Amino acid sequence: MSRSIKKGPYIDHNLAGKVESMNASGKRTVIKTWSRRSTISPDFVGHTFAVHNGNKFIPVYVTENMVGHKLGEFSPTRNFKGHSGNR
Amino acid sequence: MARIAGIDLPKNKRGVIALTYIYGIGDTTAAKILTTAGVDLSKKVKDWDDDEVNAIRNTINNEYKVEGALRSEVQLSIKRLMDIGSYRGVRHRKGLPVRGQQTQSNARTRKGRKKTVAGKKKAPKG
Repeated sequence: MSRSIKKGPYIDHNLAGKVESMNASGKRTVIKTWSRRSTISPDFVGHTFAVHNGNKFIPVYVTENMVGHKLGEFSPTRNFKGHSGNR
Repeated sequence: MARIAGIDLPKNKRGVIALTYIYGIGDTTAAKILTTAGVDLSKKVKDWDDDEVNAIRNTINNEYKVEGALRSEVQLSIKRLMDIGSYRGVRHRKGLPVRGQQTQSNARTRKGRKKTVAGKKKAPKG
């Protein structure tokens, strides 16, 4: 079931603050984040996030199409390289 | 012969059922279309006159996306998911279940027919 519209999209506070201050100052740096559960809002477009996947940080460059998805969708937690016989 | 949205509707079926032969129209939508067009739901397709057929055709054209247009919309949405590299897109690309189903066993609809692996041990019987 999807989230109630009344509440608006969920974005972690600290992350939203960082993006806001970066937009205000016009700087472009990579934002390191563990907040995979945050929805990508239109403000995020053009920024690069380093999204933690439980092991390391995966760089995610946010484009317009990604708005409405969660950051975690772009940082896979499982990395299946194939079975040993197939190499 | 009623031909709507490029599909020949079965003549001997009730209107609500016949409309579901069109891709994108199910039971609920079919009933809604017939109500807006002012046609009795249980009237068979062969009994529709030209006015009724036109009314139905117009409601579908104006309010619903069916057949080719709908199919291409679905394809575009899938393509968008793949292009942005989201988890769902990756699953589509790999031909695996997209909505978190298990894949250790089953999932044959997405994975296709079994690929047998030589030398894979079978569980002992009994």
